[in-house]
Amino acid sequence: MISKQEIQHIAKLARLGLTEKEVKKYQKELSSILDYVGKLKEIDSEISEFAFAKHLLEAENIMREDEMRFGDASVDGAEKLLELAPQTKNGYLKVKSILNPIRSPSQKKFR
Amino acid sequence: MTVKEIHRGLIKKEFSALELCKVYLAKIKKEDKKINAFLNVSEELALSQAKEVDTLISQKRKIPFLAGVPCAVKDNILIEGASCTAGSKILENYIASYDATVIKKLKREKAVILGKTNLDEFALGSSTENSAFGPTKNPHDLTRVPGGSSGGSAAAVAADLSVFSLGSDTGGSIREPAAFCGVVGLKPTYGAVSRYGLIAFASSLDQIGPITKTVEDAKIVFDTIKGKDKLDSTSVETPEFKNLKFKIKNFKIGLPKEYFNKKLDDPQMEEIIEKAIKKYQDLGAKIVQISLPHTEYALETYYIIAPSEISANLARFDGIKYGFSGAGKSLLDVYLASRGEGFGPEPKRRIMLGTYALSAGYYEAYYLKAQKVRALVSKDFEKAFKKVDVMLSPVSPFLPFKMGERTKNPLAMYLVDIYTNSANLVGLPALSLPVGKVGKLPVGLQIIGKHFEEEKILEIGKLFEEDKSFSSASAAI
Repeated sequence: MISKQEIQHIAKLARLGLTEKEVKKYQKELSSILDYVGKLKEIDSEISEFAFAKHLLEAENIMREDEMRFGDASVDGAEKLLELAPQTKNGYLKVKSILNPIRSPSQKKFR
Repeated sequence: MTVKEIHRGLIKKEFSALELCKVYLAKIKKEDKKINAFLNVSEELALSQAKEVDTLISQKRKIPFLAGVPCAVKDNILIEGASCTAGSKILENYIASYDATVIKKLKREKAVILGKTNLDEFALGSSTENSAFGPTKNPHDLTRVPGGSSGGSAAAVAADLSVFSLGSDTGGSIREPAAFCGVVGLKPTYGAVSRYGLIAFASSLDQIGPITKTVEDAKIVFDTIKGKDKLDSTSVETPEFKNLKFKIKNFKIGLPKEYFNKKLDDPQMEEIIEKAIKKYQDLGAKIVQISLPHTEYALETYYIIAPSEISANLARFDGIKYGFSGAGKSLLDVYLASRGEGFGPEPKRRIMLGTYALSAGYYEAYYLKAQKVRALVSKDFEKAFKKVDVMLSPVSPFLPFKMGERTKNPLAMYLVDIYTNSANLVGLPALSLPVGKVGKLPVGLQIIGKHFEEEKILEIGKLFEEDKSFSSASAAI
């Protein structure tokens, strides 16, 4: 059974704010799903390494020119996108401070 | 009515595009309350698109096949200026700022877009019960699920609230609801249809595809939306349809023994699948037993890869640039609140699974291992396709189940996709074809083809459709 601490750790990595009740619920559910998918350990590593390597060798990378597209990337494109943001100021997205951040109570909890 | 019939009717001036559009809008107003297929109806857009088509007809101009045809779009595909919720509270008030490539193509062909359809939140689910805006009901039995995640799209076509719909399929999300609703659903080869403008679930598995009443319509819609797109580097040009006279005699149809070794949920369902297979045999096809030995690991592989990819793709929903923004004093609080309150249980579950599988200490055992097994599953199909041209299987082991029947245990829901997710893992095209009913409940047959051989699987589907009185297998309510 995956531990409560592990669930809280994963939730913090994934930036998901969970209630106590949710932590218990997902602890149970994730444990049973992880047990199920853990069956993959049965498969022989060596054979699967070979198949995977061949697969990777066949993959090719697709590139294109880094050029500006009009319409989507134009000035009113940018304006349209800013309209969707919860908080803006002078054409910038407004966010909480990053340098010298306010210490949140939740950060203390996770430490 | 089908796409072909509408096209003929418009050209012959039997009705106008505007009249047709109004009929569908009225039907939605009357019927959709009890079905809940639509999250949003774009009445103004649809009427203006219809009027444009009528103008072209009155000018004696040639109109594209899809012109004037009323359609619905799954609400994870972006239409500029229209709401796009992905079935989630976190995007409840989000307005799309651009058109998906498939939408640009539908608009170019002058299709009439009636609205956006309901789905499991972020396409995560097999029943549409995970929508933050209420479930969609199966038009054949309102106490049962329409399947998912493209449940709204499938139900809309089944209830004739739209002539065709676009859905998306990552593990079965077009094929399973199509089977549950008794309509046709096509998941194209990975790369055949551009994913630009599709809210990403699993980038190596997602494909947009048509849900229609007939195979012929599916072919027309697929032909319209397919094609290489500069904006989706995983898209490729698919070969043009050759429209050769298809010969079923000695055509080799494979039955993967691992898909048939367990009894289906319902013996009558088994009979219907067996009858469908026998029909192809009677028509002259050769049935070949094949084996896909890693089938039993395919579901586990999928449930590691898909959550891993979605944990990455949902990271963008953080309350900063768009979508629901939670209150908080610090940046971390904003993230925790936005995502904690905005996401429903299934996204949270899968994000955590994915985060775990990708995290330090677990990455090799889970994600990397799953990708290796995926290569083995792919090899299974490669080997088997040397012996056969297409493969048949049931779409799902289950008949459309009752609302709430599988929601208590996530694994119970995941098992519904056991026959569909291999095609996504390997990138193969697959069709869901309605082949009969158990009482009121539709049964779907899955036809899997080789990469980029959509035409072949569509032709196989068409044979079934042409052979018997189709209305007995199809949905039209």
